[in-house]
Amino acid sequence: MEVTLQNLTKKFPGRDKKKHEDVIAVNDFTFEIPDGKLIGLLGPSGCGKSTTLNLISGLLKPTEGRIFFGEEDVTDLPPENRGIGLVFQNYALYPHLTVKQNILFPLENLKGKDKLSKAQMLEKAYEAARLVQIDDLMDRKPGELSGGQQQRVAIARALVKRPKVLLLDEPLSNLDARLRLQTREEIRRIQRETKITTIFVTHDQEEAMSISDMIVVMKEGVVQQIDKPQKVYDDPKNLFVAKFLGTPPVNVFTGQIKDQKLYIGNDCVMEAKGVKDQAVYVGIRPEGFCPRADGTLCCILQGVEVMGRDISVISANEASLNTTVRSIVGTENKADMEKILSMSEGRITNDAVVKFALAPHKVFIFQKETEERIYL
Amino acid sequence: MENLTDYGKIEKNARTRKKITNIVTYFFLVLWAVVVLFPFYWMVLTSVKSYSAYNSEYIPKFFTLSPTLQNYVDAFTTVPLGKYFMNTVIFTIVTTGVMLVVITLAAFAFARLEFRGKNIVFVIFLSLMMIPNELVIITNFVTITNLDMRNTFAGLILPSITSVFYIYLLKENFEQIPDGLYYAAKVDGTSDLKYLLKVMIPISKPTLITITILKVIECWNSYVWPRLITDDENYYLVSNGIQEIRENGFGRENIPAMMAAVVVISVPLIVLFLIFRKKVMAGVSRGGMKG
Amino acid sequence: MGVNMVKKLKSSSFKGWIYLLPAILFLGCFMVYPLIDVFIYSFEEGYNSASQTYFGVGFYNYSYVLHDPYFLQAVKNTFILVIITVPLSTGIALFISLGLSMIKPLKNLFQTIYFLPYVTNTLAVGLVFMILFKKTAYSEGLVNLMISWFGGKTVDFIDGPYWAKMFVLCFYTIWIVLPFKILILTSALSSVDQIYYNAAKVDGTSKFRTFMKITLPMISPMIFYLIITGFIGAFKAYSDAVALFGTNLNAAEMNTIVGYVYDMLYGDSGGYPSYASAAAIILFAIVLTITCINLLISKKNVHY
Repeated sequence: MEVTLQNLTKKFPGRDKKKHEDVIAVNDFTFEIPDGKLIGLLGPSGCGKSTTLNLISGLLKPTEGRIFFGEEDVTDLPPENRGIGLVFQNYALYPHLTVKQNILFPLENLKGKDKLSKAQMLEKAYEAARLVQIDDLMDRKPGELSGGQQQRVAIARALVKRPKVLLLDEPLSNLDARLRLQTREEIRRIQRETKITTIFVTHDQEEAMSISDMIVVMKEGVVQQIDKPQKVYDDPKNLFVAKFLGTPPVNVFTGQIKDQKLYIGNDCVMEAKGVKDQAVYVGIRPEGFCPRADGTLCCILQGVEVMGRDISVISANEASLNTTVRSIVGTENKADMEKILSMSEGRITNDAVVKFALAPHKVFIFQKETEERIYL
Repeated sequence: MENLTDYGKIEKNARTRKKITNIVTYFFLVLWAVVVLFPFYWMVLTSVKSYSAYNSEYIPKFFTLSPTLQNYVDAFTTVPLGKYFMNTVIFTIVTTGVMLVVITLAAFAFARLEFRGKNIVFVIFLSLMMIPNELVIITNFVTITNLDMRNTFAGLILPSITSVFYIYLLKENFEQIPDGLYYAAKVDGTSDLKYLLKVMIPISKPTLITITILKVIECWNSYVWPRLITDDENYYLVSNGIQEIRENGFGRENIPAMMAAVVVISVPLIVLFLIFRKKVMAGVSRGGMKG
Repeated sequence: MGVNMVKKLKSSSFKGWIYLLPAILFLGCFMVYPLIDVFIYSFEEGYNSASQTYFGVGFYNYSYVLHDPYFLQAVKNTFILVIITVPLSTGIALFISLGLSMIKPLKNLFQTIYFLPYVTNTLAVGLVFMILFKKTAYSEGLVNLMISWFGGKTVDFIDGPYWAKMFVLCFYTIWIVLPFKILILTSALSSVDQIYYNAAKVDGTSKFRTFMKITLPMISPMIFYLIITGFIGAFKAYSDAVALFGTNLNAAEMNTIVGYVYDMLYGDSGGYPSYASAAAIILFAIVLTITCINLLISKKNVHY
């Protein structure tokens, strides 16, 4: 089932009653979610991603805009008539019911022609339980389960009615790091098997990158970019998106375009054909640095962290907005590597200059005022 | 297209249903509010009707066009309502005050000090919480009578002071104050008593206020013990006073004056409640059973 | 150093007892001693409070109390009161709290109003109820007026037939105990996480089913708490009856067990602390039994 959001806007009355200013949680969100895909809504907390999810679920009514499931306009439909499954952040399992009763709960609500016999219900419940591999826990109560198991029960409960759309609100945030990895693979697998259009909300960019077919990056209620994960990373539309995705994060410098050339500090690092002279922000991915004797960007070496496959070179540059410039460097280029390592071994002095050549496709230029990307 | 109208209908139905539920809910809530408020209204209304007007109404009227304060004057002059009032104020203040001192010291000992036998004593205290007042009141009555303390404030106040529950409540609160504060104070050479006065009591002020309010309500409304222990009008509290007024006061039928007395008695607590609304309600839900 | 430590320990031990002393004195004199004494009283036959003498030791006091028609009347009244008011008040409180949880505007106002009876003097407001329900030569009274509007037959609720008096007593008791129950249930309801309701809503759970399957089980500990305390409170009913019917409850056939205890102790029929003690202990036994039964049932039915 494809889901279409048209100019979706949600305003909440402001906390401050005197000012009468509405808080805009979601602003003019338009997007078509293709059928059977896994979509990640990504953004820092308070960016409106959970509100968007609640609008799609029908728990909230939009101030403006429409929501379509396939051809149907479901904007005014109450949640129960939308055919959705929703997994809550802290699972919302009923603590007084067993796992089995929890999974059966949505089925027991069915009325009229949809009503199922007891045996049919049990069969469906076990089917859902098997899908998430908890069929041996059916008689326990949620309190007796681990966080990961509770998560699976919540997913089973959301899936048991065979929803047209599955919504997950921060599905991994309550799990520890190890379980998180495992569970996100699990979600991916379940989504692949069921082919249900799935939308999940997260503030963790790595989580979104790793399993989504598409990522929607949001900030303060406004959609910043919608693209495939790799594309969002490789081709951010603005400074916010560039900064929000990637670990270690992108290095940001203030820069200058002069005579169709890009300057960082006094270093002319790149050609910038067709761009008029102006002050800019420059974002460079850590892997975009390559230490070379003839490199264009001069930094002062501060330290090296060896990480096995790669090493991480930490340096300083006056134009950098971050306190340090962090670059990840492969160990192929033996000669330059040796030099850097030997430099970092002794006492590092202020004149330990390291020069980097930049990989053009890892360098993003943004307008200073709008922070929008300037494409070369 | 047909599908769309169908959904529209569903939504419309849901909205109407919600409206109806809302109206029904408000109706019942207002109904009960009326049941609660009506006695208060009736009491105020009756208290400002003149004696003759009230008695001439075979069918009671819901309002009066000629309110009078004469009944309030009568309430204070014909019967010693002022005396009852003062007695209750004295009783309430002294009982609450002494109780606060006693429970604070005890709670401090349980929460902060280490001494042998502490745990046993605490368990005994806890088990006393389950003892109903009705069981011990008999002997207390005999004790106070034998001590010749009937019709004295001492007789009224002494048995009303103890409250295991409040000791427990306060002890729990004291225990939440981090140990570090105590050790820091000890290092600075602060005595235990000074620490209690300067640190623990200020920190626990909200709980102490809650306890005070609950105890004041309890004192103001206490009826059974004062009734047993006083038969001299000079020592009646308001509850006994109102009973006395009812049975012998204005002559049985001067109901407006009686209602004036009821209003006077009820007002202090209601005012106290309206001022400390949140505190009272939070305190009661934490451990207040009436009676 | 060792001696010093011991000294210090001793002095701090001593200090602890000093702080506890006032509480121990009060509790000892007015709770522990009376508790022991009441059992002794209840077995001392023919105790005379004037001369402080008694004839013998035995179960006579209990036997007397159990054969006293006034006591039996009091037991009957108390049981009727308990059986009617505890379920009814808990049910009404649940109903009202549910209503409160469904609205937003005016919620605070309603909560404040509903709490008012808690802070009123039972005796004083009881008088208002008496006036509302009473029928005198001068006036029908307001309640009777309303009854006659609907074409009913008027009845004196205060000095009239037994069931009418019992009705007023129950009504007033419920009026008095509701604030506490509404307060507890309202906070219990609001402590149920909204997320469960959202989950139920997404699953298309009907309002009724949501209430039965989610709300009720989740607040069941509080409901049982209210039932248990409600039973205990209702068994101790006394001052509401006095407020409505005056101090001579035996004459009004409206006495309660606690009333019987006090009547035995003091007043026109008083001077028998032994009978009072026996009655009080019987009451305590009844309350204890019922509380235990309640606890057993709640253990089976309360989730978590």
